[in-house]
Amino acid sequence: MNQVKVIEGSEAVALAVRACRPQVISAYPISPQTHIVEWLAKMVADGELDSEFVNVESEFSAASVISGASAAGSRAYTASSSQGLLLMTEVLYASAGMRLPFVITGVNRAISVPISIQIDQQDTISLRDSGVIQFYVESSQEAYDTHIAAFKIAEDPGILLPVMVCMDGWILTHSYERVSMMEQKEVDRFLPPFQPIHFLDVNNPKTWGSHTEADVLMEFKYAVHGAMQNGKERMKEIFSELANMTGRNYGGLIEAYRTEDAEIILVAIGSLAGTIKEAVDELRSNNERVGLVKIRCYRPFPHEDIWDAIKGAKIVLVTEADFSMGSEGAVGMDLKSKLCGRPNSPHVVDFITGLGGREVNKRTIYQIVQKGQEVLASGGYLPEPYWVDLNRNILP
Amino acid sequence: MKISIGAVVIGGTSINYKTGGWRDEKPIIHVELCKACGLCEMVCPDSAVHVVNKVYIIDYDYCKGCGLCAYECPTKAIEMISEEK
Repeated sequence: MNQVKVIEGSEAVALAVRACRPQVISAYPISPQTHIVEWLAKMVADGELDSEFVNVESEFSAASVISGASAAGSRAYTASSSQGLLLMTEVLYASAGMRLPFVITGVNRAISVPISIQIDQQDTISLRDSGVIQFYVESSQEAYDTHIAAFKIAEDPGILLPVMVCMDGWILTHSYERVSMMEQKEVDRFLPPFQPIHFLDVNNPKTWGSHTEADVLMEFKYAVHGAMQNGKERMKEIFSELANMTGRNYGGLIEAYRTEDAEIILVAIGSLAGTIKEAVDELRSNNERVGLVKIRCYRPFPHEDIWDAIKGAKIVLVTEADFSMGSEGAVGMDLKSKLCGRPNSPHVVDFITGLGGREVNKRTIYQIVQKGQEVLASGGYLPEPYWVDLNRNILP
Repeated sequence: MKISIGAVVIGGTSINYKTGGWRDEKPIIHVELCKACGLCEMVCPDSAVHVVNKVYIIDYDYCKGCGLCAYECPTKAIEMISEEK
């Protein structure tokens, strides 16, 4: 029997991680991630989880500890947020290059300055180029399931990359939801022990991340990209295998929600997708042909699947809580770059919403859809991103 | 040779990677001053100093010309000379 409990999102993540039996966990506190490692610390202290729990002095060390543990052949895990994730950046690029399959929870929070502990996705989006696979989740249940899939995806011999499961701080980590948990023996069947190809061994010394010159570095980088690109199909198989065990299917790398015959399609990542689904349902009940594409896997970018879902639409409205200063939002950029040159591709407009935890509710979504309709009526082109609810009166 | 996953290699691959071309200055051992103390062999970061028949010689395939050996040599038996191009 699967156990169903109403639990905090952070506890759901900790329970999923516990079920995956990580041998090494590193921990450094930062809101809103802290509860996850606190739950794991309690599990280790109570003897419910046999794992080396390492309290470190910075996030750079947190990432370094799991990097080393993974190179030694251990299944390893940590979690962080915001500035903490940025401090890990150098180690994450190196770990992806060394093809170390650990799992990190990236609990989304704004980046200073101004300092804020509220949500947006600037932190994890800033790591998009690192070679770390990124999944985004909508609910605590999806966070639970995605963490279990994440270890298997990371350790797949054809993939071998770090995986970051990104979840919105507070909204998911600190709210209580009904979560259905797998039995330990089911998780063990789905996720056998990590079998590294290489591992640190004093009797058989090897070098990780050795020095290269201009003759091979490009090939190493291409190999990481190739592992991501070729891994897309394998990831879908792994998600599907898990869905068959749990009965919960979130789609593959994207979830297309009521996109059939839709003229206007919203694109979102993270918990905002839940709000948008409600808005889509209400708009549909008024005979407005609106749908949603929720991007579950952001790196690798599943542009083939997105294209299949949006190719019939007239306009695509990307809503995102991140921004590349001097350009636009990252998801909008990704989508436009992949659509550019495709015949009859829909217009894409980028909406910046919810930075620093600003509320995005159904009314915000209606406002975005209305703006999309206006853009469509006036020719469908909006070169600059649209900052939703921006109060220009207080700009200096 | 195929590249490895994660740039993981077993020891000894640097043997195939000759770094002598990085050198600006070249160490020359004046054997008449050399007391065979072995300090140069010990300090060389590239393990490019070897003993052959009780004489210290420099392996120019790997010597990067850092000059540590010349700096440390107690009898000033090692001289750094400009690398002729």
